[in-house]
Parts: sequence; structure tokens; C-alpha cells
Amino acid sequence: MIDFGFTPLVASITDLDKANVNLAKQLTEQDPSFALCISCGSCSATCTAGQFTKFSFRVMCHQIRKGNAKEAIAEASKCMLCGKCTLACPRNVNTRNIISLVRKAQTTTP
Amino acid sequence: MNYYHHFVIPFTAGLLFLVIVVAAKWIGWIKNLDAEQKGLIKRNIFGKASLHATWEVITESLLHRRIFQKNFLLGYMHMSLAFGWFLLIVMGNLETRFFTHGQMNPPYVPIFFEFFEHDLSTLRYKEIFTFVMDFLLLFVLSGVALAYMKRATSKPLGMKKATKHAFIDKLALTSLWLIFPLRLAAESVTAGLYDSGGFFTRWLGEAIVSLPGADMLYYPLWWAYSISLGLFFISVPFTRYMHIPTETLLIFLRKYGIREKNEHTSYTQVELNACSRCGICIDSCQLSSELGISNSQSTYFLKSLRDKKTTDYLTETCMLCGRCDFACPVGIENSTIRLNQRRETPASAINFGYVPTIEASKGKIAFFAGCMGQLTPSVTKATLTLFNAAGVEYTHIDKDATICCGRPLQVNGEESAAKELAQKNKQLIEGTGAQALVTTCPICARIFAESYGLSIPVYHHTQFLYQLAASGQLKLTPTSNLITYHDPCELGRGLGIYEEPRELLKFAGNLVEVKSSKTDSLCCGGSLAITSINQQQRSQIAIKTLESIGANDVDFVATACPLCKKTFTAASDENAILDVSEILVKACTNSRQSLKPEQKQRTKETSTVN
Amino acid sequence: MTKTVAIIGGGVAGLETAKQLNSLGYSVKLFEKTNTLGGHVAKWDRLFPNKRHASEVVSSLTLSQGNTQTLTETTVHSIKRENQGFVISANSSNHEADAVVLATGFELFPAEKKEEYGYGLFENVITSADLEQMFKKHGKPVMASGHKPVRIAFIHCVGSRDEKVNRPYCSKVCCVTAVKQAIEVKEALPNSEVFCFYMDLRTFGPGYEDLYKEAQSKGVTFIRGRLSESSEIEGGRVLIKAEDTLASTPLKMSVDIVVLMVGMSPLRSTNKLATDLGLSINADGFIAATDLHTNPTGTATNGVFVAGACTGPNNITDTVNAAKATALDVHNYLSR
Repeated sequence: MIDFGFTPLVASITDLDKANVNLAKQLTEQDPSFALCISCGSCSATCTAGQFTKFSFRVMCHQIRKGNAKEAIAEASKCMLCGKCTLACPRNVNTRNIISLVRKAQTTTP
Repeated sequence: MNYYHHFVIPFTAGLLFLVIVVAAKWIGWIKNLDAEQKGLIKRNIFGKASLHATWEVITESLLHRRIFQKNFLLGYMHMSLAFGWFLLIVMGNLETRFFTHGQMNPPYVPIFFEFFEHDLSTLRYKEIFTFVMDFLLLFVLSGVALAYMKRATSKPLGMKKATKHAFIDKLALTSLWLIFPLRLAAESVTAGLYDSGGFFTRWLGEAIVSLPGADMLYYPLWWAYSISLGLFFISVPFTRYMHIPTETLLIFLRKYGIREKNEHTSYTQVELNACSRCGICIDSCQLSSELGISNSQSTYFLKSLRDKKTTDYLTETCMLCGRCDFACPVGIENSTIRLNQRRETPASAINFGYVPTIEASKGKIAFFAGCMGQLTPSVTKATLTLFNAAGVEYTHIDKDATICCGRPLQVNGEESAAKELAQKNKQLIEGTGAQALVTTCPICARIFAESYGLSIPVYHHTQFLYQLAASGQLKLTPTSNLITYHDPCELGRGLGIYEEPRELLKFAGNLVEVKSSKTDSLCCGGSLAITSINQQQRSQIAIKTLESIGANDVDFVATACPLCKKTFTAASDENAILDVSEILVKACTNSRQSLKPEQKQRTKETSTVN
Repeated sequence: MTKTVAIIGGGVAGLETAKQLNSLGYSVKLFEKTNTLGGHVAKWDRLFPNKRHASEVVSSLTLSQGNTQTLTETTVHSIKRENQGFVISANSSNHEADAVVLATGFELFPAEKKEEYGYGLFENVITSADLEQMFKKHGKPVMASGHKPVRIAFIHCVGSRDEKVNRPYCSKVCCVTAVKQAIEVKEALPNSEVFCFYMDLRTFGPGYEDLYKEAQSKGVTFIRGRLSESSEIEGGRVLIKAEDTLASTPLKMSVDIVVLMVGMSPLRSTNKLATDLGLSINADGFIAATDLHTNPTGTATNGVFVAGACTGPNNITDTVNAAKATALDVHNYLSR
């Protein structure tokens, strides 16, 4: 192999051919509002937990849709369920329900 | 005298079975109560509590006072069945005792006395006894007739939805419904054949025996009557009819001061078995009346728990608004049991190790606006404006950084996660050295008051402002505004605060009282205790609730919860929805810094809905 | 006999329709509830995309009215069908007409409804309409205290694309208005820092994208994220929170003035007139035209036409075009 002096960062590429989007499909089925996010960021801006952590509801949903959700889902354990995001969302995404569903999916799938 | 016939066996065996099973259950439940609960029994059993309990058994288990309050016919139905049957038994026993001159008889004798004795000429007060026994039988039968009718159509009995019952319940129901018609038939045929009986059984009996072959019915009818009784008794422990003996025990235990705790106890079993599955909770539930979700109400949830077959759906599909707790004629703590069931299965991965310790400046009064308060800055601003006007020395402890009070986690069953947050907030509150904690959010107020174990009093801002207004520290001049008030669930049914917000509003304008208020008030739909309903559904509930408090006929809709305010605002473009504090600012005469610019008073359209 | 057309609303749509019908020889009665013509446009300082003074557009329209009978300070209470025509009762007198044009426009979204943004609570939270007034009066934005602002944030989509305030639709013109106003601020106060918080920048019209580029080159910072809430801090300044969604991090900053780009909302009083006439209201609350594509000016009721922003958010160019189309349809209807 020729040494080009660099290695490609394969891991950082979102490969939609290989992505596992089952969770996204499941969530959309369980709560259709999952599909309605326009990524405005109101939820993560208002998030009580987001003041102190990397948890972002918007990022979590986005990554689930790209089949790359492991890290974001782990962050979901930091949500306080306070409900501010539900009140802020301009698209009426049922954020607290999606958090509950994600937490459940996390405990049922190994 | 020795009374016996083989047909008494089904009845006697059934009764024996029932007595043994009920006794065993009662003993088991009482034995499994925890030490504190047993202590309460020991302390109170020989006191006034037992007398009060006996009285309540009479008014509720026999006369069904609370069901009468809901609907006259429904109350009459229950009273005629329970009280009528009770009197039949008492009078039957008296009659037998009188006739046999005080002799002790097996329990079946008074029940089948008409079979054993046809010639009552030696009975003292014979006319009175036979008349009363017939009259009572008719009284009970009128209740049975209403029960038949309720199955066909429940509307006249004030119930929109009747509970859907399991097969065994239907079997028990059928045997119960047959008991009294069979008794009437057996006694009538007997009276017809032997010229005995009272005014009605004699008349009916003569008519029956005039038909050919009616005398062949004599033994079969008594057998059938005994079998229906026996079947019913045997079915009781396996069906909703277990509520009849259990409610009595529940009333006594409750009078001794026993309540639901933070987890299921043996007392919970008593409550589960005391549910008559009458379905009044279905009608009180807005998930049913507004959203058509009619399969998750307390009656279904309690049954599933009793049968150890409960599901996440049943545990979670409830707003915990508490309406059914107040509507329940048995007084079962539905919401607490449901919440405790949620506590049984907390989410595995919740991690609040990251939450820092927050500090705030010192002050006499610690003011906490809560998470929601950050989205309702006008409530915070109005409250602090009033504090300034009254010269309150306060420190706004969650102005810069805030963490949740933990109540939203708690209502979802995440008790230990909620405790972690409570610990952090407790440090914050106690660090200020304040003498009292005031919050504008009833959701926070509830957990502060019930679970934090704070050494200082917790006030909802309406309580605190009421003290200021009543003492004249806060000067208010009523305006001519018409105001209606919505009771937030956590503040009203949750913390029992109904009067202070109302009294405050009277200081500020003309308060219009509405029918569905206080314990009967509707939920705004915003409840944090349910996640599965969507915003459109929440708005549907909110619109109905606004209608119920006459929102279109007033200048302002007042509430005292930021979540109610947000839910109503999202649902309705038409109404001006304000927190009590915002309305007070309009009436405050010593406010040093009023809201600037004054919120425009919206002119009402002249047309009103309906 | 000359036929009469009643036009309700003296804004851009009403004025243009009146002008056209006038030149076609009809007797035109123009009803305007306020004391000035020109509608909302008369309140603006300068217009996108070319920063032309709004007053030029308004006076061009008002000066070309010919024989139009303009009735200002005249509120229409009801319109009823009678025989072949209509009776319009306005103030306390009745007027007859052969056809009616609703050109009633819109109202600005009442920004205090978005409570968490602090309008009406925090003195340095203003609306885009308030800023136009400042430009007209002072030629620049001024803080409530009279001080010169250093940092100004424009918040897009206030009362637009927001189901929490029952305005789920895009108001079309706010993005480009924000871009225009941001440039004006930079021009008036070159040392100021200007930020635009947007969800999607919808600069769809001729010259709009150029305006966007101009704003970028003048140093306006665009942050992709929607404001979640604001609070008041020392000196009447405002602390705002959003997510910088392109960086996926929450963002907070203190600013001297927050400008809320208020959207276009349906006018409830108009909707009552419309429904009384048998017209239908669309899901967003505006008057529904007969056919969105092939008959955007006609309504369910013969002889009643619509023009301009009463059918949905619109800019001036499209409103003028719609008005011309409406006038032609009215002419076709009356010369059957």
C-alpha cells in the first residue's frame, strides 16, 4: 500500500447505505411527531439539563435519524423531564414522550 | 323445631365458603400491614374512630350517600339493593326469632322461612311482619329493575359510560339479578298454595297457582333460589362483589388514619378489593370525555393490579389530575396507587451526577420561579413587582441557573432520580438562610411541601400574596374587571389550596364562580404526568376546560400555574389568560414599579359563545 | 348606468384595485377604518429590496386615484347581499354596490403572546414595526434609556411557523425584512454588532439574495437557531438563549436591543365580514379564494372578490399584482 502520509477518517462519515435507522422508524411509528422536527434548536436552547451537559434533544433526534445514536441516547439519561422543551417546540413535537420511548428502547434492546 | 330440606345446601355451602374466604382475606391483609399501620389500629380501635367508621358504613355502604349526591336514581338503585337486602335479612331474622321464641336457628332458616312455616297465626305482629317483608322485597326488586335498565341504558342514572366487565363478573351479576325475582316467585307460589304470605306474594301467588301445573314449580323454585344465592356467594371473592365486604374494612382502616404510602402496602390490597367497578371514575376522566380514551381509567387500572396483570399502558395513561379520587364513592386513592405503580419500574438509566451545586444570595424570602417560570417571565415579573410594592426582602434563587424541582420525574415514577434533584435544590434553598420559600409554580410547590422535608414553610405565591394583602401590606383597589378562576390540579386537589387565589382575585376585581370548580375543577390538559397524548389532544382538553369556566364571558381567565397558562394560551387565541399575580398588579396601588408598558387590555368581542 | 364597486381596506391592495377599476370607468368607493391611506406600508420607513422610502409607494398609489371616493375613518360593520348587489353598512350609513372587493389585509402578530420573548415586559425588546418607527423618527435604533445600542439581535419567525401561538405558516416577508433592517442598523451605527437568529432564511424574491449577501459583507452575523427565551439583566439589557444549531451547542448572549420579526396574522374582524358573506376561512385563518391556482381572486360568493394579504402573507409586489388581477376579474364580472 502506498503511504500517502494520511489516513482517511472513515468513522466520521455518515454512510446512509449502512446506517441502522430502525430506532428512527420505530419512534416515528410510536410517536409520529418525531418526524416533524425542523431543527430550530428551541428545545436544546431551553433545556434545563443542557445548561450543564452535552445533552441535546435535537441532536439526539437528528443522530437517531442518521442511525448514529449511541452517544446521543446515552446523554438522554440526563434529561430531567421538566417539560420546557415541549412548551418551546414550534412544531408540537411530543418531546417528553420521545425521551420516554428512547429510554424504554434503551432498556429493552441490549 | 328442626327445620331442614336438602335445597338449603347450595345456600349454606356458599355462605360458609364466603365467610371463610372473607375472614381469611381480612386476617391476611391486616397481618401484612406494616408496624406503623398496625400501631394506628391499636391506638384507635377502642376510640371514637370506630364509632365514626360504623356511622360511615351505614351512610355509605348501606345508604350510599355519595352516590345519591351524584345521581338520585343511581343512589336509589344502590340503596335499595344494599339497604333493602340488609333490612330483609334483619327483619327475616327478627321474624324467625319471634316465631321460635328466641331459639338459635341455622342461618338458612330465616332466609327460607316462608318455605318452612306456612301457618304464622301464632306469630306476634304477624300482619306487620308479612307486610314489611313483602314491602322490602318489592323495594329491593325496584333496585334490581333499575340495574337491568342501567345495563340497557346508563344515561338516566347519570353515567355516560358503564364499566366493561369480565365474564365471571357477568356470571355473578346474573346470579345476583336472579336472587330476588326467584325469591319473589318461590314465596309467591308458596303463598298461593298455602294461603300464606303478605299482601303482594299472596296476590301474585294466587294468580300463579290458578295456572295449570303451577304447583309443580314449588320445589324447583326454592332450589333455584337457594342455588342463585349459593352461586353468588361463591363468586364474590373472585369478582367485583368482593367490594361489599371489603369496603367495610376499608372504612374502618381509613378512620384509624391509615393511608396509601410511597409504595404499595397491604392497605393497597384492601383498596383494590374495595373498588366496586361502578365506573364513576370513567365519567370523571377527561381522557375519556374529551379524547375518547375510555380503557385506562382507575376502575380498569385497579382491576389489572388486583389481578396482577397490569400493563405499562394502564400505569402510564393517566394525567394524575386527581379528579377520580374525589369522584370515587368509595374514596379510593386512585392517583396515589397509580403513582406507586409507576415507582415500581423506574427507568434504569438516569444519571444526575453532573448537576452542580447552585448558590444564591441570602434573603428573608427565597423566591423560586421554576423551569416553567423561565417561559412565563410576566408571572415572575408581576410577583416580584408585588413583593417590591409590599416591601418584601427576597432573593430570587433561580434567576441565573436552575435545576428542575424533581416533581416531573416523581410523577413519572422516577423517585430516586427526583430525590437527587431535591437534594441539590434543598442545599440551594437552605443556603440562603431564608425564613420561607415562595414559588409561583404549584408543581414545584407540591414536591417542596410534600417531599423535601424543608425546615422552613413553603408557600405558593397566592398564599403568600394573600397574607400580604390581608394584612394590608399590599394595597389593592378592585377594578371592574370580570374574572374567572381555573384551579390548577397540583394546587387545588394536590395541595388543597382553593381559597387564597379566590380571595386575592376578589381584592382585584369581580370574581365569577363557576360550577366545575375546586375539587371538581377540570384539568387544563397540560399535565406532566402523561407523555403519550400530543399537543392537539392537550389543546382539545384545554378548550373544553376554558368553556367550563366561562372563559368567553369574562375579561380575564386567571390561573395560578405557569403550565396551565401555557397550555391555555397554546389552545386559545381568543381569551386573555393571566396568572393571579398579573391581575393583582393591575389593581395594586402601592406598586413602585408597575409593569411597563402596561399590557394592553384586550377589548372583548360583543358576541359570546353559546 | 355606471356600476359601483365597494373596496374594503385602503392599504396597498385596496388602493391598487381602486386605481385600476377607476381607470376602467367604474364608480369606486374605498372604505378605510383609520384616518390614513396606505395601510401597514404607510408605517414603514424604507422597503426591501432597494431601501426605497415607503412613502413614495404610498403617495404614488394615493395620487393616482382619480375619481375614487375614499371614505376614511369608516368602519364596515356588515355587508349584505340584496337583489343583484350588496348593501354595505359602515359607521351609521348604508352604501350600495354591484360588487365588493375585500382588501382588508392583515394584522401584525401581537408579540406579547410569545411571552417568553419578553415583549411588553422588557423595555428593550421591540418589534420590527417598532424599529421602523425608530428609523422614521431618529434614523437609527435607540435604547429605551436613550442610549446608543451596541449589540442588536433580530429574531426571525415571531408569530410565524409556530404552532404554540396558532401561527403554523411562514409569513414570507420577515426574513428579508430582518436582513434589510440589519443592514440599516449597520449603516446607521457602523460600530454596532448585529445578529440574526433564523430557522431557515427564506429570501426568495428578486434582489433578496443580494440583500442577504450585502448584510453578510457588512458584518451581520447569522446564527441558525430559534430563540427559546429572554430575560432582563442590568441596565435594561436583555439576555437571550438559543441553540447554535450548526455547532450543536446552546448559546446565550446579552444584547442591548432585541428586535422581534413579527409575522402577518389574519384579522379576526375581517373574518367575521367574510363568513357572514358565505366565504370560507382557510386553515391558517386567512380568507380562502375559490381556487388557489386558477382563481386566486374569486370567492365562494358571486360578486365578492379578494385582493392582497387578507388571503395570506404577501409582499407589496405580489399584492399589487393580485390587485390588478382582482380588478380585471371584477370588470369581467360586471360586464357579463
